[in-house]
Order: sequence, then structure tokens, then C-alpha cells
Amino acid sequence: MLMDTSDETLALAAASGDHAAFAALVTRHYDRIFGLGWRLTGSRAEAEDLAQDICAALPHRLRGWRAEARFTTWLYRVVVNAAHDARRRAAVRNRAATGWGDWEISRQEAIAEDRAAQDWLAESMARLPVELRDTVALVLGEDMTQAEAGAVLGLSEGTIAWRMSEVKKRLRALATEEAKA
Amino acid sequence: MTRDPDFERLRAALQAPPASDAAAKARAMNRAMAAYEDSALSRQGLTPPLRPLADRAPTVRGASAVRRVLKSLSVKPLLAATTSAAALTVGLVVLLPQSEVQTPGGGPSELAQRSQDMAVPSPAEPPEAAPMMTRRTAPAEAQPERAAESTAAEQGDAATPPSLAAPDSAPMAEGPEAKGFANAGVNPLRVTAEAPVSAFPAKIGTASYALVRSSLMAGALPRPDAVRVEEMVNHFPYAYPAPEAGEPPFRANVTVMPTPWNPDTRLVQIGLQGRLPEVAARPPLNLVLLIDTSESMDTPDRLPLLKQALRLMLAEMRQEDQVAIVAYAGTPGEVLAPTPANQSATILAALDQLETRNPLAETAGLTLAYSLAEGMTAAGEVSRILLATDGDFNLGVDDPEGMEGFVARKGKTGVNLSVLAFGRDALDEAVMQSLAQNGNGSAASVATLNEARKVLMDQLTGPLFPIADEVTIDVEWNPGQVAEYRLIGHETQALQPGQSTTDAAGMGAITAGHQVTALYEVTAPGSPALRNDPLRYGTAVSDAMADAAATGEMAQDAPELGFVRLRYKAPGESVNAVIEMPIVADTGTGPDARFAAAIAGFGQLLRASADLEDWGWDQAITLAEANRGEDPFGYRDEAVTLMRLAQSLAQDAK
Repeated sequence: MLMDTSDETLALAAASGDHAAFAALVTRHYDRIFGLGWRLTGSRAEAEDLAQDICAALPHRLRGWRAEARFTTWLYRVVVNAAHDARRRAAVRNRAATGWGDWEISRQEAIAEDRAAQDWLAESMARLPVELRDTVALVLGEDMTQAEAGAVLGLSEGTIAWRMSEVKKRLRALATEEAKA
Repeated sequence: MTRDPDFERLRAALQAPPASDAAAKARAMNRAMAAYEDSALSRQGLTPPLRPLADRAPTVRGASAVRRVLKSLSVKPLLAATTSAAALTVGLVVLLPQSEVQTPGGGPSELAQRSQDMAVPSPAEPPEAAPMMTRRTAPAEAQPERAAESTAAEQGDAATPPSLAAPDSAPMAEGPEAKGFANAGVNPLRVTAEAPVSAFPAKIGTASYALVRSSLMAGALPRPDAVRVEEMVNHFPYAYPAPEAGEPPFRANVTVMPTPWNPDTRLVQIGLQGRLPEVAARPPLNLVLLIDTSESMDTPDRLPLLKQALRLMLAEMRQEDQVAIVAYAGTPGEVLAPTPANQSATILAALDQLETRNPLAETAGLTLAYSLAEGMTAAGEVSRILLATDGDFNLGVDDPEGMEGFVARKGKTGVNLSVLAFGRDALDEAVMQSLAQNGNGSAASVATLNEARKVLMDQLTGPLFPIADEVTIDVEWNPGQVAEYRLIGHETQALQPGQSTTDAAGMGAITAGHQVTALYEVTAPGSPALRNDPLRYGTAVSDAMADAAATGEMAQDAPELGFVRLRYKAPGESVNAVIEMPIVADTGTGPDARFAAAIAGFGQLLRASADLEDWGWDQAITLAEANRGEDPFGYRDEAVTLMRLAQSLAQDAK
């Protein structure tokens, strides 16, 4: 019975104390959370950590769910934000560890490491600035329309369209480089 | 839909994620369900819990210990007021009476009340502090003897027996551990004959207490090396008598009592109280709030708590004060242009509009805050930036010397920076302290409304008035009375005698209302508690001191255990002044001294210190509970609650 119930109904039931509904909701969406986590971070381990943290925080977050948006849209937003927070925390940690003057050096090293990665996907994604990467993960990875991606990121459809055209420019530049090499 | 050939390769790659791992999924499900059972959502519902307690993850078992202790206590209303929102998902912010929040200037002034409390010695204290002398010396006079003492202290260091190192087998905390704590082993025992002079810093942070509290409230014992005993002791205000107008800016207050955890030693508490701030005559304050509005600030113990505390602070501000608000990481940019503090409706409306959001671009928040603050400053006014964050220090500063250099340079222009840190998980203590030190301000971790209010009120008064520079505090022990001594805590900041903390940080005047407390455990010659054999041949220093004792320079009927010397420079002056005070054995002790001893015991229990021997949680709790005193802000009550919680968690860990 629960498997046919809509996400929105399940979320409302979970928010009012229904354990079974909450369990069904998490079971149904774990793969989705993990998948988007992987698209955003490019790492299986990071995506697993992220998914686990999101699942653990979901009861708290659900209190803020007002059924104003589709559940999946809301969930995508949670994942994107969590990925962003994790990235930022990691950045702060790295900076603290290497000392203040070494920010730029460690950033350059990180870029160098990324270049060394064999995978074309990793390289392409690493070349994109963070906000373009988020947009790409949603529009191409999750096959969303620009309007849907805009709803998740809290941006207008036009901004998404502009970002995708930016992505296209960068991908073309990359293809040209590859052709030369 | 975008069906562009340029995108197809990337699309195909992105749409082939690795399959999710079944074990990882099961772990995530377990954590989700455990979190659900612990959440307010679950408690609202009527459905019974899905799984037995034993099935849960360790962190959750800790949380159930929290609840057990909360249930067993009889002081429920108080608990609700002081418990961190991390442990109880009900918001603590609702507990404020509306009238107090909304009427600026109305009601009794919290500040005046606090100052009074500090100024009036409690009846149990000795009516007169021991006599104090003030003299002025040229700076050069002090130097040569300093060097000799440093050498002696180094020798003392080398002679430290290895048996005093902290045990490694202490119970470890669950939870976030990635933060950088600099905290070495237990502060070693010193032999007076080898190193008669000890020093402690004039400024001691209090961040460790907040950390200990949030860890315990989250159901885990803090990591032993994250516990700083001296910071825990200095978290609490003590009713030391303050110097009167016209007196030196500090007053020393010394008590000696039997050590609670060792009948064969004595505990010497040295408390220094700075001159109290002149609340009425403070210069106008320009306050720029630099607020982190990233998504992670959106839990009840962060942005909502900040809003509540700022409301309270606003009520204490004056017409000539100004407030501006800059947000970063979420809603970017200037949220409120400089506004006189009496236009509270405008300011409150701007505060309410702050919303957390996913940061889309870096904003130059810090630069903007400084330029606003500089624009607001007129002659004779004080400007301060108050950074409120849960660990996002991504402030968009593009400076070759890094953010630290930027803040230090700006600090010289008269605008200083204080950091208010919320939550625990993302907090990076090292970054926070570094920013505040370079910004000539203070850093504090905040978990409850009471605490947020205390820290914000301090922004209005204390730190505005420097009363002394380059403060050094030395304690010289009398080898005839004290054979060994141990400064409790201070593992990170072992000072050489004569070394000024303000030198070490390269800045930082001591400001009005400042208070600092140090505890020494001292062992008399011939006591069974001695850890080192007496030196057969003595040393030049101890010989000289023995001679002094023999020639009657020290009165025998009131034996002096030691001597406190506080050196400082009055603001803007270049000569040293000295405040001196003997430590005599027979002082009375009040509840303040005994409470400080209980907190020192609490900290050492958390650090699993070997010095406590059989003395344990029950004794620490009894001692703290009996000596809560007036406790107008409920700090001490809260400490007793935390000790009970820690006791219960320590038993769980066994």
C-alpha cells in the first residue's frame, strides 16, 4: 500500500509521526540522494557519507516541509545544500590545516591533482566552477528541465539557461584542447 | 529540455552513477530511523518505536543517556532554559518574556545589575583582601632577574617525572573530531627549589566550556584533549572585590584551602579583578553585524538564537549607538544601512528578513563590513564588527597576507572584530581564535540564549575600555612552605615567568571588568603527597630564599606561601607599575573558591587526570552543588547538571 502512496502524502504522514511512512520515504529515495550526491561530488565515498548525513538530518528537515513544492524538488535542494556545506567545511579545514598563507598553494595543488585524474568526466566537471557543476548535475545528470533545476537552486529559469550556455562554451573549449593533444 | 549534441557525452557519463552500496544504504537507513525516533516528530506521534534501543548507533545511545539524566532531575524548568537545542529539539527561544524582548530601555538594566553583583563581595568572603602595595619601577629594572628565572624554569621542565603524563586509555567521545585542538599532556608538577617562579596569562578564553557543554548535551564525553581546565574555571564569574576609583586597575584576591581531591596538598586560588566598566560614560558604539546566512545556520541553536539575543542587546543600546547588518554566504550584501540603535523597529525588521539560503556566490562580506564600520566612525566613537557564524569563514577576502593579515591591518585603524560561533559541528576553533586575536576582539562559542546574551552585553561594555597593557602575572613560591606546585590546566600556554600573554599575541589591552582566575595545587615540605625527593645540595635560588627566611624577612607567625606580582603599563604610558600581594596560609574560603575547585575537578575528571586519584564524580557534584552561591544567571546550576550528565555518560562508557 505504502509503495503506491505519493511522496507528498508520505512526507506529511512522516511529519506527523508515522514511522512506517518515514521508513518508506527514505527507502524509496536513498538511491536518488546517493546518485545526486555522486554527481555533485564525483566520489562514491563522499556521496555515501553525504547520503548518510542527509538521511540522519531528514527528520529535522521534514519539520520545515510545507508541501509547497514537490517532494523530490525539495529533496534535491536539501542534497545540493548539504553538498555545498560539506564542500565549504572541507575548504575551511584545509585552510586551517595548511595555515593562512598557504591557501593559494593548496588550491593550486588541488587543481593539479584534479588534472592528473584520468577520467574525462572528472576532468570536465573539475573544470567547471562550482555553481555550473551543480547546474550540470541537475540538468544533465538528473535530466531536469531548466525550470525544475531553477526551482531546486532557487534561481530563475533564465539564469539556468545562461549557465548552461556557459557550460557549453567550456565543453567546446575542452573538446578543442583534446583535439589538439 | 536541453538536447544539445555538445552535452550528450557529459549527460551519458553523469547518468551512469555507481550503484548504491547495500551496506551503506542500510547504515543510512538505521541512522535515519534512529534520528526519527529521537526527533520531535516521533514524539508527537502515537506509533511505538520501530526498533529496540540496543539496535541503535552509539551516538544515539548517548542521546538516550541525556534523556535519562534529564528525567532524573528535579529542576525541570531550569533545565529547559539551559539545555542546548541540539539535545532537545524543542526551541529554547520561546522562553523569553515578550515584554523584556520588545521594550528598549524598559525593565531593570541587566548590565547594571551584573556590575553590582560583581562589586559587592558575598558575606562569606573575607571582609578585607590582604594588604596590597603599589610601586612604580622603571622597565629596565625587571629584565636581568627575568632571564635567570627563565633558565630555572627550563631546568624544572626537564626534571618533570614521566609518570605524570596523561593516560591514553581515557574514554573517547563520539561525534565530530576533525577539529584542531592544540592541547598537550597534563601541566607538570614543578619543584619550588628548582623553579620558584611560575606565570599564568592575564587573558584566558572560555571556549572549552562551551565545547564541553555541547558535547555532553549531544550525549558524548568530550575528547580529553579538547578539555581545558583553566578555560572551564574562567567561564564562571566570581564575586571578587573590584578596585575602587583611584586605586590600581587590578585587585588580587587570594584564597588557600585544602585540596578537595588530596588531603595532603592545598589549593591556592588567585583571582584578579579589573576595574569595572563605567557603563554610564561609555562612548557611542557603532556595531556592524556580519552574519553568516548559509543553510547550515538554519537550526534553532544558530540563526534564531542570534536573532533573539540581538533583540535583547538592542534594548540596552542607546540613541547615539548605530547598527548596520551585512549578511554573507546566503542573502548577500548590506541588509541594513547604518541605523541609530533607537530605531529598533527598523533593525528588528531587517533581522527578521534574514533567511538562510544556499550560497550562490562568494560575497565580499568582510570587506563590506569594514568599509561600513569605517564610514560610521566619528571621533571618540568605538566601532566593532561582530561576526556570527557556525564555521563558514569563507568571507571573500582577497588579500596576499590572507584573512588574518587583512583583519590585523584593519584592527589598527580602530575597527575591531569579535567572533560569535554557533553550533559545534562546523566550528573551527583555531580559525575563530586567530581571527578574533588579530581583530583585537574576543571569540566565544554560544549554545544557549543566556550565553549569547552575556557575550553580546560584553560587547557593549567591557572590551571598550582598556585599563592596562602588557600585563604579566608571576607567582613566586616560598620553598620553606611549598616544596612542589602545579598550575592546574594551561597545557597549551605554558608561560615563562615574566612573559606577557599580550606580548605573545602581539596585541590586546586588558579591558574594564576583566577577571581571571588561576588555581595552584601546592604541596608543603615533608607532606606525604610529595612526588619528588628533596634536592640534596639545593640550588642558588633556594639557598638565597632560605637565607631570606632565616634573616626574618618573612614573618613566621603568618607564613607566606608565596608572592603574587602583577606588572602592567597603564594605557598610553611606558613605565611599568607593579601590584604585589603575599599569599598567606590562613585565608577564609567562600563558596566561590570551593565552586572553582569543583569545576577544576570536573575538568580534570574529563581529562582523566591521574592527579585526582580516588576523588570522583560524586565528590565533584556534591562540592559544586553545595557552593552554587547566589548564581543570578544560573551558570552554576547548569554546571551541576552537566556534571551529572558527564557522570552518567562516563558510566555508560565503562
